[in-house]
Amino acid sequence: MASPDTARHPDLAGLEAGLDALDTVQVRRTPVRQVLLRKVLPPVTAVVLVLAVWKLLVVAGVTEDYKLPDPAAVWDSLRQLWLKGTLFDIIWTSVSRGLLGFAAALALGTPLGLLVARVPFVRAALGPVLSGLQSLPSVAWVPAAVIWLGITDAAMYAVILLGAVPSIANGLVSGIDQVPPLYLRAGRTLGATGARGARLVLLPAALPGYVAGLKQGWAFSWRSLMAAELIASSPDLGLGLGQYLENARTDSDMPGVLLGILLILFVGIAIDLAVFSPLERRVLRTRGLAA
Amino acid sequence: MAPATTTALAHAVRLDHVDKTFGRSGDGRPVLEDISLTVAPGEFVCLLGASGCGKSTLLNLVAGLDRPTGGRIDVPGGRPALMFQEHALFPWLTAGRNIELALRLRGVPRPARRTEAERLLDLVRLGGSYGKRVHELSGGMRQRVALARALAQDSRLLLMDEPFAALDAITRDVLHHELTRIWRETELSVLFVTHNVREAVRLGGRVVLLSSRPGRVVREWTVDLPQPRRIEDAAVAELSVEITEELRGEIRRHGKP
Repeated sequence: MASPDTARHPDLAGLEAGLDALDTVQVRRTPVRQVLLRKVLPPVTAVVLVLAVWKLLVVAGVTEDYKLPDPAAVWDSLRQLWLKGTLFDIIWTSVSRGLLGFAAALALGTPLGLLVARVPFVRAALGPVLSGLQSLPSVAWVPAAVIWLGITDAAMYAVILLGAVPSIANGLVSGIDQVPPLYLRAGRTLGATGARGARLVLLPAALPGYVAGLKQGWAFSWRSLMAAELIASSPDLGLGLGQYLENARTDSDMPGVLLGILLILFVGIAIDLAVFSPLERRVLRTRGLAA
Repeated sequence: MAPATTTALAHAVRLDHVDKTFGRSGDGRPVLEDISLTVAPGEFVCLLGASGCGKSTLLNLVAGLDRPTGGRIDVPGGRPALMFQEHALFPWLTAGRNIELALRLRGVPRPARRTEAERLLDLVRLGGSYGKRVHELSGGMRQRVALARALAQDSRLLLMDEPFAALDAITRDVLHHELTRIWRETELSVLFVTHNVREAVRLGGRVVLLSSRPGRVVREWTVDLPQPRRIEDAAVAELSVEITEELRGEIRRHGKP
Protein backbone atom coordinates (compact mmCIF):
# COMPACT_ATOMS: atom_id res chain seq x y z
CA MET A 1 0.00 0.00 0.00
CA ALA A 2 2.56 2.57 -1.04
CA SER A 3 0.31 4.31 -3.52
CA PRO A 4 0.53 8.09 -3.63
CA ASP A 5 -3.00 8.21 -2.22
CA THR A 6 -2.14 6.61 1.07
CA ALA A 7 1.16 8.45 1.19
CA ARG A 8 -0.69 11.72 1.10
CA HIS A 9 -3.48 10.54 3.40
CA PRO A 10 -1.80 8.39 6.01
CA ASP A 11 -4.70 8.86 8.38
CA LEU A 12 -7.62 8.08 6.06
CA ALA A 13 -7.70 4.30 6.42
CA GLY A 14 -7.73 4.67 10.19
CA LEU A 15 -10.34 7.41 9.96
CA GLU A 16 -12.54 5.20 7.82
CA ALA A 17 -12.20 2.24 10.20
CA GLY A 18 -13.14 4.55 13.08
CA LEU A 19 -16.21 5.85 11.25
CA ASP A 20 -17.32 2.32 10.39
CA ALA A 21 -16.95 1.19 14.00
CA LEU A 22 -18.74 4.24 15.41
CA ASP A 23 -21.65 4.20 13.00
CA THR A 24 -22.33 0.49 12.76
CA VAL A 25 -25.62 -0.52 14.29
CA GLN A 26 -25.10 -3.08 17.00
CA VAL A 27 -27.60 -5.93 16.77
CA ARG A 28 -27.99 -7.79 20.05
CA ARG A 29 -30.12 -10.76 20.97
CA THR A 30 -32.38 -10.24 23.94
CA PRO A 31 -31.62 -12.65 26.79
CA VAL A 32 -34.23 -15.34 27.57
CA ARG A 33 -34.94 -13.93 31.02
CA GLN A 34 -35.88 -10.58 29.50
CA VAL A 35 -38.11 -12.24 26.90
CA LEU A 36 -39.95 -14.08 29.68
CA LEU A 37 -40.26 -10.93 31.72
CA ARG A 38 -41.44 -8.67 28.89
CA LYS A 39 -43.36 -10.95 26.55
CA VAL A 40 -44.70 -13.81 28.66
CA LEU A 41 -45.40 -12.34 32.07
CA PRO A 42 -47.85 -9.57 30.99
CA PRO A 43 -50.32 -11.80 29.09
CA VAL A 44 -50.18 -14.48 31.80
CA THR A 45 -50.98 -11.82 34.39
CA ALA A 46 -53.91 -10.63 32.28
CA VAL A 47 -55.36 -14.15 31.97
CA VAL A 48 -55.00 -14.78 35.71
CA LEU A 49 -56.73 -11.47 36.43
CA VAL A 50 -59.66 -12.28 34.13
CA LEU A 51 -60.09 -15.68 35.79
CA ALA A 52 -59.94 -14.07 39.24
CA VAL A 53 -62.59 -11.48 38.36
CA TRP A 54 -64.78 -14.20 36.82
CA LYS A 55 -64.49 -16.37 39.94
CA LEU A 56 -65.20 -13.35 42.11
CA LEU A 57 -68.39 -12.54 40.19
CA VAL A 58 -69.57 -16.14 40.53
CA VAL A 59 -68.84 -16.20 44.26
CA ALA A 60 -70.60 -12.86 44.74
CA GLY A 61 -73.60 -14.35 42.90
CA VAL A 62 -74.23 -11.41 40.56
CA THR A 63 -76.34 -13.58 38.27
CA GLU A 64 -77.80 -17.05 37.96
CA ASP A 65 -75.56 -20.06 37.54
CA TYR A 66 -76.93 -20.94 34.10
CA LYS A 67 -75.86 -17.56 32.81
CA LEU A 68 -72.46 -17.37 34.42
CA PRO A 69 -71.10 -20.78 35.39
CA ASP A 70 -68.12 -21.29 37.63
CA PRO A 71 -64.75 -21.40 35.77
CA ALA A 72 -64.38 -24.87 37.28
CA ALA A 73 -67.51 -26.03 35.40
CA VAL A 74 -65.95 -24.90 32.11
CA TRP A 75 -62.75 -26.70 33.03
CA ASP A 76 -64.85 -29.76 33.77
CA SER A 77 -66.45 -29.63 30.28
CA LEU A 78 -62.99 -29.53 28.80
CA ARG A 79 -61.92 -32.51 30.92
CA GLN A 80 -64.94 -34.49 29.78
CA LEU A 81 -64.20 -33.81 26.12
CA TRP A 82 -60.65 -34.90 26.76
CA LEU A 83 -61.75 -38.09 28.53
CA LYS A 84 -64.25 -38.93 25.79
CA GLY A 85 -61.36 -38.54 23.38
CA THR A 86 -63.27 -36.16 21.09
CA LEU A 87 -61.47 -32.90 21.97
CA PHE A 88 -58.83 -33.14 19.27
CA ASP A 89 -61.28 -34.52 16.72
CA ILE A 90 -63.48 -31.47 17.16
CA ILE A 91 -60.56 -29.06 16.93
CA TRP A 92 -59.00 -30.88 13.99
CA THR A 93 -62.27 -30.95 12.01
CA SER A 94 -62.37 -27.15 12.11
CA VAL A 95 -58.64 -26.51 11.82
CA SER A 96 -58.22 -28.80 8.81
CA ARG A 97 -61.15 -27.09 7.10
CA GLY A 98 -59.72 -23.68 7.96
CA LEU A 99 -56.22 -24.48 6.73
CA LEU A 100 -57.41 -26.15 3.54
CA GLY A 101 -59.72 -23.23 2.82
CA PHE A 102 -56.89 -20.81 3.55
CA ALA A 103 -54.56 -22.66 1.19
CA ALA A 104 -57.18 -22.41 -1.56
CA ALA A 105 -57.66 -18.71 -0.79
CA LEU A 106 -53.89 -18.25 -1.05
CA ALA A 107 -53.77 -19.97 -4.44
CA LEU A 108 -56.59 -17.77 -5.75
CA GLY A 109 -55.82 -14.50 -3.99
CA THR A 110 -52.15 -14.25 -4.98
CA PRO A 111 -52.55 -14.24 -8.78
CA LEU A 112 -55.64 -12.09 -8.41
CA GLY A 113 -53.66 -9.55 -6.35
CA LEU A 114 -50.86 -9.53 -8.92
CA LEU A 115 -53.33 -8.90 -11.72
CA VAL A 116 -55.08 -6.08 -9.87
CA ALA A 117 -51.77 -4.45 -8.94
CA ARG A 118 -50.16 -4.61 -12.37
CA VAL A 119 -52.98 -4.36 -14.93
CA PRO A 120 -54.70 -0.95 -14.82
CA PHE A 121 -57.89 -2.23 -16.48
CA VAL A 122 -58.28 -5.04 -13.95
CA ARG A 123 -57.53 -2.62 -11.13
CA ALA A 124 -60.18 -0.17 -12.25
CA ALA A 125 -62.67 -3.02 -12.64
CA LEU A 126 -61.97 -5.14 -9.56
CA GLY A 127 -60.04 -2.92 -7.16
CA PRO A 128 -63.07 -1.19 -5.58
CA VAL A 129 -64.98 -4.50 -5.44
CA LEU A 130 -62.12 -6.17 -3.60
CA SER A 131 -61.82 -3.41 -1.01
CA GLY A 132 -65.61 -3.33 -0.67
CA LEU A 133 -65.78 -7.07 -0.08
CA GLN A 134 -63.37 -6.67 2.81
CA SER A 135 -65.94 -4.70 4.75
CA LEU A 136 -68.72 -7.19 4.01
CA PRO A 137 -68.90 -9.66 6.93
CA SER A 138 -68.55 -13.07 5.35
CA VAL A 139 -71.41 -14.41 7.50
CA ALA A 140 -73.60 -12.60 5.01
CA TRP A 141 -72.57 -15.18 2.40
CA VAL A 142 -73.72 -18.15 4.49
CA PRO A 143 -77.39 -18.14 3.42
CA ALA A 144 -76.43 -17.80 -0.24
CA ALA A 145 -73.78 -20.52 0.03
CA VAL A 146 -76.29 -22.87 1.70
CA ILE A 147 -78.88 -22.33 -1.02
CA TRP A 148 -76.32 -22.79 -3.79
CA LEU A 149 -74.36 -25.66 -2.35
CA GLY A 150 -76.53 -27.11 0.43
CA ILE A 151 -75.27 -27.76 3.93
CA THR A 152 -72.03 -29.30 2.72
CA ASP A 153 -68.29 -28.88 3.09
CA ALA A 154 -68.34 -27.04 -0.22
CA ALA A 155 -70.50 -24.33 1.34
CA MET A 156 -67.99 -23.96 4.18
CA TYR A 157 -65.11 -23.57 1.74
CA ALA A 158 -67.07 -21.10 -0.37
CA VAL A 159 -67.60 -18.91 2.68
CA ILE A 160 -63.93 -19.13 3.66
CA LEU A 161 -62.84 -18.17 0.16
CA LEU A 162 -65.18 -15.21 -0.01
CA GLY A 163 -63.81 -14.00 3.32
CA ALA A 164 -60.09 -14.60 2.77
CA VAL A 165 -59.42 -14.05 -0.95
CA PRO A 166 -60.09 -10.28 -0.83
CA SER A 167 -57.76 -9.88 2.19
CA ILE A 168 -54.92 -11.77 0.57
CA ALA A 169 -55.34 -10.06 -2.80
CA ASN A 170 -55.60 -6.62 -1.18
CA GLY A 171 -52.52 -7.30 0.96
CA LEU A 172 -50.49 -8.06 -2.13
CA VAL A 173 -51.86 -5.00 -3.95
CA SER A 174 -50.96 -2.65 -1.11
CA GLY A 175 -47.60 -4.40 -0.71
CA ILE A 176 -46.82 -3.72 -4.36
CA ASP A 177 -48.17 -0.16 -4.18
CA GLN A 178 -45.90 0.60 -1.25
CA VAL A 179 -42.70 -0.54 -2.93
CA PRO A 180 -40.48 2.57 -3.02
CA PRO A 181 -40.09 3.65 -6.68
CA LEU A 182 -36.36 3.96 -5.99
CA TYR A 183 -36.05 0.15 -5.75
CA LEU A 184 -37.70 -0.23 -9.13
CA ARG A 185 -35.43 2.41 -10.66
CA ALA A 186 -32.40 0.77 -9.11
CA GLY A 187 -33.61 -2.59 -10.38
CA ARG A 188 -34.04 -1.25 -13.90
CA THR A 189 -30.56 0.29 -14.01
CA LEU A 190 -29.19 -3.11 -12.92
CA GLY A 191 -31.10 -4.71 -15.79
CA ALA A 192 -33.99 -6.26 -13.85
CA THR A 193 -36.87 -5.69 -16.25
CA GLY A 194 -40.01 -7.63 -17.15
CA ALA A 195 -40.54 -11.00 -15.46
CA ARG A 196 -37.05 -10.98 -13.94
CA GLY A 197 -37.74 -7.57 -12.46
CA ALA A 198 -40.99 -8.85 -10.94
CA ARG A 199 -39.36 -11.94 -9.47
CA LEU A 200 -36.10 -10.42 -8.23
CA VAL A 201 -37.17 -6.92 -7.19
CA LEU A 202 -40.92 -6.26 -7.16
CA LEU A 203 -42.15 -9.34 -5.28
CA PRO A 204 -39.45 -9.44 -2.60
CA ALA A 205 -39.97 -5.71 -2.07
CA ALA A 206 -43.74 -6.26 -1.69
CA LEU A 207 -43.35 -9.12 0.79
CA PRO A 208 -44.11 -7.18 4.02
CA GLY A 209 -47.53 -6.07 2.73
CA TYR A 210 -48.23 -9.53 1.36
CA VAL A 211 -47.46 -11.21 4.67
CA ALA A 212 -49.69 -8.71 6.49
CA GLY A 213 -52.43 -9.68 4.02
CA LEU A 214 -51.88 -13.39 4.75
CA LYS A 215 -52.17 -12.76 8.47
CA GLN A 216 -55.43 -10.92 8.00
CA GLY A 217 -56.57 -13.52 5.51
CA TRP A 218 -56.12 -16.25 8.11
CA ALA A 219 -58.13 -14.26 10.68
CA PHE A 220 -60.91 -13.82 8.11
CA SER A 221 -60.81 -17.50 7.12
CA TRP A 222 -61.17 -18.61 10.70
CA ARG A 223 -63.96 -16.15 11.46
CA SER A 224 -65.92 -17.02 8.32
CA LEU A 225 -65.56 -20.72 9.01
CA MET A 226 -66.86 -20.42 12.56
CA ALA A 227 -69.82 -18.37 11.35
CA ALA A 228 -70.57 -20.96 8.68
CA GLU A 229 -70.29 -23.86 11.11
CA LEU A 230 -72.57 -22.14 13.60
CA ILE A 231 -75.32 -21.36 11.13
CA ALA A 232 -75.10 -24.29 8.76
CA SER A 233 -74.62 -27.15 11.17
CA SER A 234 -75.69 -30.62 10.19
CA PRO A 235 -74.83 -34.05 11.60
CA ASP A 236 -73.41 -35.19 8.23
CA LEU A 237 -70.69 -32.56 8.36
CA GLY A 238 -68.72 -33.91 11.28
CA LEU A 239 -68.45 -32.13 14.59
CA GLY A 240 -66.34 -28.96 14.40
CA LEU A 241 -65.94 -26.19 16.94
CA GLY A 242 -68.81 -24.16 15.52
CA GLN A 243 -71.20 -27.11 15.69
CA TYR A 244 -70.00 -27.95 19.18
CA LEU A 245 -70.86 -24.41 20.24
CA GLU A 246 -74.27 -24.55 18.53
CA ASN A 247 -75.06 -27.94 20.14
CA ALA A 248 -74.15 -26.56 23.56
CA ARG A 249 -76.55 -23.67 22.97
CA THR A 250 -79.47 -25.95 22.06
CA ASP A 251 -78.73 -28.00 25.19
CA SER A 252 -78.62 -24.81 27.29
CA ASP A 253 -75.17 -25.98 28.36
CA MET A 254 -73.53 -22.68 29.35
CA PRO A 255 -70.16 -24.18 30.40
CA GLY A 256 -70.06 -25.84 26.97
CA VAL A 257 -70.86 -22.55 25.25
CA LEU A 258 -68.07 -20.74 27.08
CA LEU A 259 -65.70 -23.61 26.38
CA GLY A 260 -66.60 -23.44 22.66
CA ILE A 261 -65.90 -19.69 22.57
CA LEU A 262 -62.60 -20.11 24.39
CA LEU A 263 -61.48 -22.96 22.13
CA ILE A 264 -62.25 -20.93 18.98
CA LEU A 265 -60.32 -17.99 20.40
CA PHE A 266 -57.46 -20.22 21.49
CA VAL A 267 -57.10 -21.97 18.13
CA GLY A 268 -57.20 -18.68 16.21
CA ILE A 269 -54.51 -17.18 18.43
CA ALA A 270 -52.40 -20.35 18.45
CA ILE A 271 -52.21 -20.55 14.66
CA ASP A 272 -51.41 -16.87 14.40
CA LEU A 273 -48.65 -17.23 16.99
CA ALA A 274 -47.29 -20.43 15.51
CA VAL A 275 -47.32 -19.49 11.82
CA PHE A 276 -48.11 -15.93 10.85
CA SER A 277 -46.48 -13.84 13.56
CA PRO A 278 -43.07 -15.56 13.25
CA LEU A 279 -43.29 -15.23 9.46
CA GLU A 280 -44.11 -11.55 9.69
CA ARG A 281 -41.43 -10.93 12.28
CA ARG A 282 -38.83 -12.64 10.15
CA VAL A 283 -39.72 -10.64 7.07
CA LEU A 284 -39.65 -7.36 8.97
CA ARG A 285 -36.50 -8.18 10.92
CA THR A 286 -34.37 -8.99 7.89
CA ARG A 287 -35.39 -5.60 6.53
CA GLY A 288 -34.55 -3.82 9.78
CA LEU A 289 -38.21 -2.82 10.24
CA ALA A 290 -38.76 -4.52 13.59
CA ALA A 291 -36.65 -4.95 16.71
CA MET B 1 -3.75 -2.33 -17.27
CA ALA B 2 -6.30 -0.38 -19.30
CA PRO B 3 -8.88 -2.70 -20.89
CA ALA B 4 -8.89 -2.61 -24.67
CA THR B 5 -12.39 -1.15 -24.74
CA THR B 6 -11.28 1.98 -22.92
CA THR B 7 -8.82 3.00 -25.58
CA ALA B 8 -11.00 1.87 -28.47
CA LEU B 9 -13.94 4.14 -27.58
CA ALA B 10 -13.81 7.72 -28.75
CA HIS B 11 -16.00 8.82 -25.84
CA ALA B 12 -17.75 7.35 -22.82
CA VAL B 13 -20.88 9.37 -23.46
CA ARG B 14 -21.73 12.06 -25.93
CA LEU B 15 -24.76 14.36 -25.88
CA ASP B 16 -25.62 16.27 -29.06
CA HIS B 17 -28.02 19.19 -28.69
CA VAL B 18 -30.20 17.33 -26.22
CA ASP B 19 -33.57 18.87 -25.29
CA LYS B 20 -35.99 17.55 -22.71
CA THR B 21 -39.52 18.79 -22.14
CA PHE B 22 -41.99 17.02 -19.91
CA GLY B 23 -45.62 16.82 -20.78
CA ARG B 24 -47.32 15.69 -23.94
CA SER B 25 -46.16 16.97 -27.34
CA GLY B 26 -43.61 19.20 -25.65
CA ASP B 27 -45.98 21.97 -24.66
CA GLY B 28 -44.49 22.33 -21.18
CA ARG B 29 -41.44 24.46 -20.39
CA PRO B 30 -38.18 22.81 -21.36
CA VAL B 31 -36.15 21.29 -18.52
CA LEU B 32 -33.02 20.85 -20.57
CA GLU B 33 -32.15 22.91 -23.63
CA ASP B 34 -29.48 22.28 -26.22
CA ILE B 35 -27.10 20.33 -23.99
CA SER B 36 -23.95 19.23 -25.77
CA LEU B 37 -21.42 17.44 -23.65
CA THR B 38 -18.80 14.76 -24.15
CA VAL B 39 -17.15 12.68 -21.47
CA ALA B 40 -13.90 11.11 -22.67
CA PRO B 41 -12.98 7.56 -21.60
CA GLY B 42 -11.46 7.66 -18.11
CA GLU B 43 -12.58 11.24 -17.56
CA PHE B 44 -14.24 12.46 -14.36
CA VAL B 45 -16.77 15.20 -15.14
CA CYS B 46 -18.81 17.02 -12.51
CA LEU B 47 -22.13 18.59 -13.44
CA LEU B 48 -22.91 21.51 -11.22
CA GLY B 49 -26.03 23.58 -10.87
CA ALA B 50 -28.66 25.02 -8.56
CA SER B 51 -32.10 23.51 -8.04
CA GLY B 52 -34.15 23.16 -11.19
CA CYS B 53 -31.24 22.81 -13.55
CA GLY B 54 -32.38 19.35 -14.56
CA LYS B 55 -29.26 17.53 -13.35
CA SER B 56 -31.14 14.41 -12.35
CA THR B 57 -33.21 14.50 -15.54
CA LEU B 58 -29.99 14.58 -17.51
CA LEU B 59 -28.64 11.52 -15.69
CA ASN B 60 -31.91 9.67 -16.24
CA LEU B 61 -31.59 10.36 -19.96
CA VAL B 62 -28.03 9.08 -20.07
CA ALA B 63 -29.00 6.05 -17.99
CA GLY B 64 -31.75 5.25 -20.49
CA LEU B 65 -34.53 5.56 -17.89
CA ASP B 66 -36.11 8.34 -19.96
CA ARG B 67 -35.93 9.58 -23.56
CA PRO B 68 -34.84 13.02 -24.74
CA THR B 69 -37.38 15.18 -26.59
CA GLY B 70 -34.73 16.22 -29.07
CA GLY B 71 -31.07 15.61 -29.87
CA ARG B 72 -28.96 12.50 -29.57
CA ILE B 73 -27.30 10.63 -26.72
CA ASP B 74 -24.61 8.12 -27.52
CA VAL B 75 -23.36 5.72 -24.84
CA PRO B 76 -21.12 3.29 -26.74
CA GLY B 77 -20.19 1.19 -23.69
CA GLY B 78 -23.71 -0.17 -23.10
CA ARG B 79 -25.98 0.46 -20.14
CA PRO B 80 -24.25 2.78 -17.67
CA ALA B 81 -24.16 2.13 -13.93
CA LEU B 82 -26.10 4.59 -11.78
CA MET B 83 -25.70 5.54 -8.14
CA PHE B 84 -28.34 7.56 -6.30
CA GLN B 85 -28.37 9.97 -3.37
CA GLU B 86 -30.17 7.27 -1.40
CA HIS B 87 -28.22 4.03 -1.32
CA ALA B 88 -31.10 2.13 -3.04
CA LEU B 89 -29.76 -1.18 -1.73
CA PHE B 90 -32.39 -3.90 -1.44
CA PRO B 91 -33.15 -4.39 2.27
CA TRP B 92 -34.19 -8.03 1.86
CA LEU B 93 -30.67 -8.96 0.75
CA THR B 94 -27.35 -8.80 2.59
CA ALA B 95 -24.62 -6.44 1.39
CA GLY B 96 -22.91 -9.27 -0.50
CA ARG B 97 -26.16 -10.54 -2.02
CA ASN B 98 -27.00 -7.06 -3.30
CA ILE B 99 -23.77 -7.13 -5.27
CA GLU B 100 -24.41 -10.69 -6.42
CA LEU B 101 -27.81 -9.66 -7.75
CA ALA B 102 -26.11 -7.11 -10.01
CA LEU B 103 -23.64 -9.78 -11.13
CA ARG B 104 -26.49 -12.22 -11.80
CA LEU B 105 -28.36 -9.69 -13.91
CA ARG B 106 -25.15 -9.08 -15.81
CA GLY B 107 -24.98 -12.80 -16.59
CA VAL B 108 -22.08 -13.84 -14.34
CA PRO B 109 -22.42 -17.60 -13.64
CA ARG B 110 -23.31 -18.55 -10.07
CA PRO B 111 -19.97 -20.06 -8.96
CA ALA B 112 -18.06 -16.92 -9.88
CA ARG B 113 -20.44 -14.51 -8.18
CA ARG B 114 -19.40 -15.00 -4.57
CA THR B 115 -15.70 -14.45 -5.28
CA GLU B 116 -16.41 -11.40 -7.40
CA ALA B 117 -18.72 -9.92 -4.74
CA GLU B 118 -16.00 -10.42 -2.10
CA ARG B 119 -13.47 -8.76 -4.38
CA LEU B 120 -15.72 -5.73 -4.90
CA LEU B 121 -16.39 -5.44 -1.17
CA ASP B 122 -12.63 -5.51 -0.59
CA LEU B 123 -12.26 -2.77 -3.19
CA VAL B 124 -14.53 -0.46 -1.17
CA ARG B 125 -12.76 -1.61 2.02
CA LEU B 126 -15.71 -3.53 3.42
CA GLY B 127 -14.04 -6.93 3.36
CA GLY B 128 -15.87 -8.45 6.33
CA SER B 129 -19.33 -7.15 5.53
CA TYR B 130 -20.61 -9.76 3.07
CA GLY B 131 -23.29 -11.06 5.42
CA LYS B 132 -24.33 -7.70 6.88
CA ARG B 133 -27.88 -6.53 6.44
CA VAL B 134 -28.38 -3.09 4.93
CA HIS B 135 -29.87 -1.68 8.14
CA GLU B 136 -26.82 -2.81 10.08
CA LEU B 137 -24.53 -0.56 8.03
CA SER B 138 -23.84 3.14 8.53
CA GLY B 139 -24.75 5.70 5.87
CA GLY B 140 -21.19 5.82 4.55
CA MET B 141 -20.89 2.04 4.45
CA ARG B 142 -24.20 1.76 2.59
CA GLN B 143 -22.96 4.15 -0.07
CA ARG B 144 -19.76 2.12 -0.39
CA VAL B 145 -21.81 -1.07 -0.89
CA ALA B 146 -23.93 0.84 -3.42
CA LEU B 147 -20.71 1.84 -5.20
CA ALA B 148 -19.56 -1.78 -5.19
CA ARG B 149 -22.93 -2.82 -6.63
CA ALA B 150 -22.65 -0.17 -9.35
CA LEU B 151 -19.14 -1.41 -10.16
CA ALA B 152 -20.51 -4.97 -10.35
CA GLN B 153 -22.33 -3.93 -13.51
CA ASP B 154 -18.90 -3.67 -15.13
CA SER B 155 -19.98 -0.66 -17.13
CA ARG B 156 -17.38 1.72 -18.50
CA LEU B 157 -19.49 4.69 -17.43
CA LEU B 158 -20.59 5.42 -13.88
CA LEU B 159 -23.34 8.01 -13.33
CA MET B 160 -23.61 9.46 -9.85
CA ASP B 161 -26.58 11.53 -8.70
CA GLU B 162 -25.45 13.49 -5.62
CA PRO B 163 -24.38 10.24 -3.98
CA PHE B 164 -22.77 11.85 -0.92
CA ALA B 165 -25.20 14.70 -0.31
CA ALA B 166 -26.84 13.05 2.71
CA LEU B 167 -23.57 12.21 4.49
CA ASP B 168 -21.74 14.17 7.18
CA ALA B 169 -18.62 16.13 6.17
CA ILE B 170 -16.00 13.70 7.47
CA THR B 171 -17.66 10.63 5.98
CA ARG B 172 -18.07 12.49 2.71
CA ASP B 173 -14.39 13.40 2.74
CA VAL B 174 -13.42 9.75 3.21
CA LEU B 175 -15.73 8.70 0.40
CA HIS B 176 -14.31 11.34 -1.93
CA HIS B 177 -10.94 9.80 -1.31
CA GLU B 178 -12.22 6.25 -1.92
CA LEU B 179 -14.01 7.27 -5.09
CA THR B 180 -10.93 9.01 -6.47
CA ARG B 181 -8.82 5.94 -5.68
CA ILE B 182 -11.28 3.53 -7.29
CA TRP B 183 -11.77 5.78 -10.31
CA ARG B 184 -8.02 5.78 -10.90
CA GLU B 185 -7.66 2.04 -10.34
CA THR B 186 -10.52 1.08 -12.64
CA GLU B 187 -10.08 3.84 -15.25
CA LEU B 188 -13.83 4.37 -15.30
CA SER B 189 -15.52 7.37 -16.83
CA VAL B 190 -17.62 9.21 -14.27
CA LEU B 191 -20.40 11.73 -14.71
CA PHE B 192 -21.01 13.13 -11.24
CA VAL B 193 -23.94 15.43 -10.47
CA THR B 194 -23.75 17.71 -7.44
CA HIS B 195 -24.79 21.10 -6.15
CA ASN B 196 -21.72 21.30 -3.94
CA VAL B 197 -19.03 23.41 -5.66
CA ARG B 198 -16.19 22.28 -3.44
CA GLU B 199 -17.11 18.66 -4.02
CA ALA B 200 -17.12 19.24 -7.78
CA VAL B 201 -13.65 20.83 -7.71
CA ARG B 202 -12.31 18.21 -5.28
CA LEU B 203 -13.34 15.35 -7.58
CA GLY B 204 -13.65 16.49 -11.17
CA GLY B 205 -11.16 16.80 -13.97
CA ARG B 206 -13.72 19.09 -15.52
CA VAL B 207 -16.58 21.03 -13.93
CA VAL B 208 -19.59 21.91 -16.08
CA LEU B 209 -21.97 24.58 -14.79
CA LEU B 210 -25.61 24.32 -15.81
CA SER B 211 -28.15 27.14 -15.70
CA SER B 212 -31.60 26.61 -14.21
CA ARG B 213 -34.98 26.47 -15.98
CA PRO B 214 -34.11 25.49 -18.56
CA GLY B 215 -30.82 23.72 -17.93
CA ARG B 216 -28.15 24.86 -20.37
CA VAL B 217 -24.40 24.56 -20.27
CA VAL B 218 -23.21 27.96 -19.02
CA ARG B 219 -19.51 27.47 -18.63
CA GLU B 220 -16.95 24.83 -17.94
CA TRP B 221 -13.68 24.73 -16.10
CA THR B 222 -10.82 22.28 -16.46
CA VAL B 223 -9.41 21.46 -13.04
CA ASP B 224 -5.67 21.18 -13.52
CA LEU B 225 -4.87 20.11 -9.98
CA PRO B 226 -3.16 16.77 -9.32
CA GLN B 227 -5.17 13.99 -7.68
CA PRO B 228 -5.54 13.11 -4.91
CA ARG B 229 -6.68 16.54 -3.81
CA ARG B 230 -8.15 17.46 -0.50
CA ILE B 231 -11.27 19.47 -0.04
CA GLU B 232 -9.33 21.97 2.12
CA ASP B 233 -6.53 22.54 -0.43
CA ALA B 234 -5.98 26.22 -1.14
CA ALA B 235 -6.14 25.70 -4.91
CA VAL B 236 -9.45 23.84 -4.58
CA ALA B 237 -10.81 26.69 -2.46
CA GLU B 238 -9.64 29.31 -4.92
CA LEU B 239 -11.31 27.74 -7.93
CA SER B 240 -14.43 27.04 -5.85
CA VAL B 241 -14.76 30.72 -5.05
CA GLU B 242 -14.63 31.61 -8.74
CA ILE B 243 -17.21 28.97 -9.70
CA THR B 244 -19.48 29.85 -6.77
CA GLU B 245 -19.49 33.50 -7.94
CA GLU B 246 -20.68 32.38 -11.36
CA LEU B 247 -23.30 30.05 -9.81
CA ARG B 248 -24.60 32.91 -7.63
CA GLY B 249 -24.97 35.11 -10.67
CA GLU B 250 -26.88 32.32 -12.37
CA ILE B 251 -29.26 31.99 -9.39
CA ARG B 252 -29.68 35.76 -9.01
CA ARG B 253 -30.90 35.97 -12.59
CA HIS B 254 -34.05 34.11 -11.54
CA GLY B 255 -34.89 36.64 -8.82
CA LYS B 256 -35.27 39.48 -11.31
CA PRO B 257 -38.81 40.25 -12.41
